[in-house]
Amino acid sequence: MHERLRVNPILCSGHGLCAELLPEQIDLDEWGYPLLSDEPVPTALRPLARRAVNDCPVLALMLVAAP
Amino acid sequence: MTAAIRENATRDTATASSVRPVPTGLPRLLSATGRPMDLAAHMQVHGQTPYRGGPQMLIHTIESAGLTGRGGAAFPTHRKLTAVADQRGPRVVVGNGAEGEPASDKDKTLLWSSPHLVLDGLQLAAEAVGARKVHLYVHREPALEAHLDSALHERAIAGLDRIAVNLVSAPPRFLAGEESALASRVEGGAALPRLTPPRIFERGVHGAPTLVQNVETLAQLALISRYGAAWFRGIGTEAEPGSMLTTVRLADGSGGVAETPIGTPIAELLRLAQHPAQAVLVGGYHGAWLCGEQARRLTLSNADLRPLGAAVGAGVLAALPADRCGVVESARVVRYLALESAGQCGPCLNGLPLIADSLAQLANHRSAPSARGDLARWSKLVERRGACHHPDGTVRFLRSALTVFAEEVALHEAGRCSASTYEPFLPIPAGSPEHKNDWS
Repeated sequence: MHERLRVNPILCSGHGLCAELLPEQIDLDEWGYPLLSDEPVPTALRPLARRAVNDCPVLALMLVAAP
Repeated sequence: MTAAIRENATRDTATASSVRPVPTGLPRLLSATGRPMDLAAHMQVHGQTPYRGGPQMLIHTIESAGLTGRGGAAFPTHRKLTAVADQRGPRVVVGNGAEGEPASDKDKTLLWSSPHLVLDGLQLAAEAVGARKVHLYVHREPALEAHLDSALHERAIAGLDRIAVNLVSAPPRFLAGEESALASRVEGGAALPRLTPPRIFERGVHGAPTLVQNVETLAQLALISRYGAAWFRGIGTEAEPGSMLTTVRLADGSGGVAETPIGTPIAELLRLAQHPAQAVLVGGYHGAWLCGEQARRLTLSNADLRPLGAAVGAGVLAALPADRCGVVESARVVRYLALESAGQCGPCLNGLPLIADSLAQLANHRSAPSARGDLARWSKLVERRGACHHPDGTVRFLRSALTVFAEEVALHEAGRCSASTYEPFLPIPAGSPEHKNDWS
């Protein structure tokens, strides 16, 4: 099953940790909030994506089934 | 058409409605006399609440009628009904009359004029989806709430309502009627949008599958339930049948709420021949500007408006007179929208004030050379990044303003303005949220 990243923008407070862990999929906007790739997370990046999800200080980042 | 009406009338054997004349022409929803319809007046015109005894028949009739939501999204009503009816566990129905849109008065007008049509619709919708809890969520206005309390009291005495209706007051916020904000408020919290999905029809009020319908949609449903799908389709267009309430603001400053067939020419509704407009705002503050010339050739229908990036929405039409500045008017609206952000999502919280400042500077001839580029970049950065659609609607309005008023924008960049008066034209409510309590 393919997964993609999703952020809960209400919880996200722009720590930016996710973009450091997964720059291939996550960029930061000029205010420090994540801009997520719409593409499914490639298999090779899955461990890092899981870590970004688990390490988010406010648990705003999610991995969801890609359509 | 007559066959369907007869079939429908014979179904209502418990009432005297088979001998009551079927209403013709307009208004359908609003009181024909202009006076609010109390229960006696309502019963005289429409008769008893036509309960069906089960869900499927009404949903089929609503599907045949082609009723769509009148709150703005024009989503097919039967699909929403079916989606909630198909869920497991206790279900909830909420009538949405919050009407946070400052340029719209149609829901308040309807609730004043025909509260019993809305309340019939609530009961019938609850029956259709098998709900056991029913709420009516209305703009906080003591006189209106007292009016609805008295209508509910009349119904209680007459034994009309099968489920008691709980009145919930909406804070005077633009986003108060957003479905997830509504769910939070009905639960007793602040009317702040939540992250969706899960959609409200799956997990809404206290986690229960929740049907949210605009109060006009409910009133239309109550009429269709009585007079049938063919009757409903007797006006409007094939693709967008029926009547709708619109709030019109003419270029001479007059206006009000009108009930009109969908597909009525915009020029007729705004009397553009007598009161020419340089531009027309369609769909309210999350809607779009059209230039006057373009609007003159269109009808109030999504078939005409959607190809232009506009939509009927909740039926707001405002004609901007030639003596005003579209940039100044739009800057006031965008400032209002920025202040009405729930402030929960970073991009909206940061981006909307920057967009509003930049547009205000343009309006005041103090814009930076980078203004247009900044506006385009920030628009992209806020779009689709909120929990709700507030940034998207704001950007839609902004982009249409920059397109329709492009010449005026260029004039402003050169330090000039074509307006001869700066008296505000579009309504902007006083007071913006400063504290969490302002949302409940």
